[in-house]
Amino acid sequence: MSQPTVRRETPTDPVGSDPAPRHTRRSALPLPVRHLLLAALGLAAVAGLLLVTGDLTALRLAAVGYTMLAVAGLQLLVGASGQVSLGHGAFMMIGAYAMALLVLHQPMLPLAVNLAIIVVVSVVAGIAVGAATARLHGPYLAGATLILAVGLPGLAHRYHDVLGGSNGLNIRTAGAPPFLQGLVSTSEWRALVVWTTVVLGLALLATLSAGRLGRRMRAIRDDETAAAMAGVPVGGTKVVAFVIASTAGGLAGGLQAYVLGTVTPGSFTLVLSLTLLAALVMGGIGSLWGALWAAIAIVYLQIWATDLARALNLSRDVENNLPIVFFGVVLILVLRFWPLGVHGALHSLRARLRARES
Amino acid sequence: MRPRTRTRALPALGLALIMFLTACGGAGEVGDGADVDLDVAPGVTDDAVVIGSHQPLTGPAAPGYLAVSQGAAAVFDHVNAQGGVNGRSIDYRVEDDAYDPSQTIDVTRQLVIEDEIFAMVGGLGTPTHSGVLDYLNEEGVPDIFPSSGALAWNNPDEHPLTYGWQTDYTKEAKIQGAYIAEHFAGQGVGYLYQNDDIGEDSQAGLDQYLTDDVVARQHYESEVADLSSQMAELERSGAEVVVCSCIPAFVALGMLEAARIGYEPQWMVSSIGGDTTTLQALLAEFTQDTDAEGVPADTFLDDMLITTYMPRVEDEDDEWGRFFLAIYEEYGEGGPVTNTHVFGMTQAVMFAQVLMSAGEDLTRRSLIEAMDEQEWRGPGSVPFSSSDGDHGGHEGVYVVQYQEGGAIEMVQEPRVTDREGGAIEETDFEPLMPEELPFHD
Repeated sequence: MSQPTVRRETPTDPVGSDPAPRHTRRSALPLPVRHLLLAALGLAAVAGLLLVTGDLTALRLAAVGYTMLAVAGLQLLVGASGQVSLGHGAFMMIGAYAMALLVLHQPMLPLAVNLAIIVVVSVVAGIAVGAATARLHGPYLAGATLILAVGLPGLAHRYHDVLGGSNGLNIRTAGAPPFLQGLVSTSEWRALVVWTTVVLGLALLATLSAGRLGRRMRAIRDDETAAAMAGVPVGGTKVVAFVIASTAGGLAGGLQAYVLGTVTPGSFTLVLSLTLLAALVMGGIGSLWGALWAAIAIVYLQIWATDLARALNLSRDVENNLPIVFFGVVLILVLRFWPLGVHGALHSLRARLRARES
Repeated sequence: MRPRTRTRALPALGLALIMFLTACGGAGEVGDGADVDLDVAPGVTDDAVVIGSHQPLTGPAAPGYLAVSQGAAAVFDHVNAQGGVNGRSIDYRVEDDAYDPSQTIDVTRQLVIEDEIFAMVGGLGTPTHSGVLDYLNEEGVPDIFPSSGALAWNNPDEHPLTYGWQTDYTKEAKIQGAYIAEHFAGQGVGYLYQNDDIGEDSQAGLDQYLTDDVVARQHYESEVADLSSQMAELERSGAEVVVCSCIPAFVALGMLEAARIGYEPQWMVSSIGGDTTTLQALLAEFTQDTDAEGVPADTFLDDMLITTYMPRVEDEDDEWGRFFLAIYEEYGEGGPVTNTHVFGMTQAVMFAQVLMSAGEDLTRRSLIEAMDEQEWRGPGSVPFSSSDGDHGGHEGVYVVQYQEGGAIEMVQEPRVTDREGGAIEETDFEPLMPEELPFHD
């Protein structure tokens, strides 16, 4: 579904740096280092934001963080390798339940170890699903992944004793370490932990996407037969893309469980999977930056819409339902006027400005 | 291609992870929280007090539970029209969480941080409220009357600021079990329950009185709107009494399915599913475009036994029921008044009552102390506990039987019990009448 729009953007660039190789000092640095620098900058920006805002913003910033990681994984899968997944929320659920079970049953494990275990679990889940679906494409793949999104929450009911049924699991996690107490609040600490993991994950995704794997994925997306004839291992690359995406999703889910302290099957329904995909298309499917706009849209559009409804003094019924309508309208408008999403719009704006300068 | 440089990312990643490792101990090792400061009064001014609640105003749970906050809002409007409580009007702010726990966490922080609520009143739902239970207690926000019958709310050691309200599922089920054992001795009993804490806690109570007579245990998931296999199994097992620990939608579904296969058990329904006005609406909706279209909803409900602890709007002799009807007529949002409205209205009256007792010099501490010392006299028809060591809320239920045509008869006076193995006792509790109960200026 996304292929025609993506093809128009040449060449896809993961971090939005200039498509044409301009020989600046920046490009002299190796790519991974550049991505890590950018990651550090991003983290610093978030830390700065946390300094000037309160606990509520910290919670929402953390939400933007893990949502962004999930959407970034989806971007790699859909935008770069051209496989449509409607089951991304299911991988978030796997990660979230893994985190909750680890904290409940192995409370002495440090968070980093939990996250590492979640990565392993997500990789295994990704291989299992990816290997089965690599032969499918287009609507068939979408259908297969749809089953995941619909079916997986049922597991929580089936294994009621372990997974807590529809009430889910509640966990309590340690807050800021003692030497930082008083300096950062628990929510701010969690937001920092989330963003540290997220920027590292994004740097890795960006590096992968810019390297050989990224090129192979884009080759497969544009034409599978041509890619195969050029020597690209089609099946393997597709599975790898799927595994990377599911890992990003799982890690995001784990971080969500860590921040919210509660996991329920009701949070990981098909609606979540569809929202992630819709937001990605809105943010810009051709670039990892699209994931940032998508995450902001998922977390903040609803809040803004509610504020707007209150400011306009609309009736309760309108106010309650406006956020959903608002999201839909914004999605349609963005796609009507900027088919490449918010990122595409910003990209062309910048290109136009530069053209005027020169 | 720069294969050498790309591998540099890995050590960097490892380094970052090691930094994490040193920065925190076990992720699940939580120390005791610091004592919270209760000598504060956020949201309180000389002429107003801000309170908040999280409720499902949109999404799949909204049709069933929207009425709770509508009812509460009507009572608070009435209180404010009478001059408020101790000269302060009540500013009741309801945030929509769509019954999604992750949204509950967000809106609760918004209420506490942005709206600076004085207390959380009647936050609705077990999965939703569980997610903010720790947060509210850690922030020192009084968590008054969560709208759910989970046992978790009555745990003063861990959550000293949380006060349960609803008769918990185990207490209610014990009284149901004893009633069935007494009046339907020797008959086969089937359980139909929601597969979460409702089912678990209810069975813990029922089993104390019914073990030998239980012939079937059937559960449903609230996401799957189909009870055909469950009802077929209940019929096959020969259950003559069906105890339904269900929300209204599944009571209605179960009754329709039973009627379809010609199965006529005696229904015993918990308070959460026993709102006949809501059931009538649901039955009318579910029978549309089926063979049963046009069959009056009341025929399905005839003879149903219901346990409850609140005033009931169907009962013309119930003074509180009449009082609530009048208030909703004046301040409500239209439509028929259901017992789900009464749920919110009763909570609101009781909160206003304790706010009154807390006195003019209002702080969170004075509210908590008032909760601990309050001598509750209604509107509910059973004793209510909120003193030190027992935050269990309503202590029992009474049993009513519904007759086709709308008549409702009390078949067993209120009885009280505990959530463990204690005895069921009669009580001589008499609620005060609306005009006698002080809950506004």
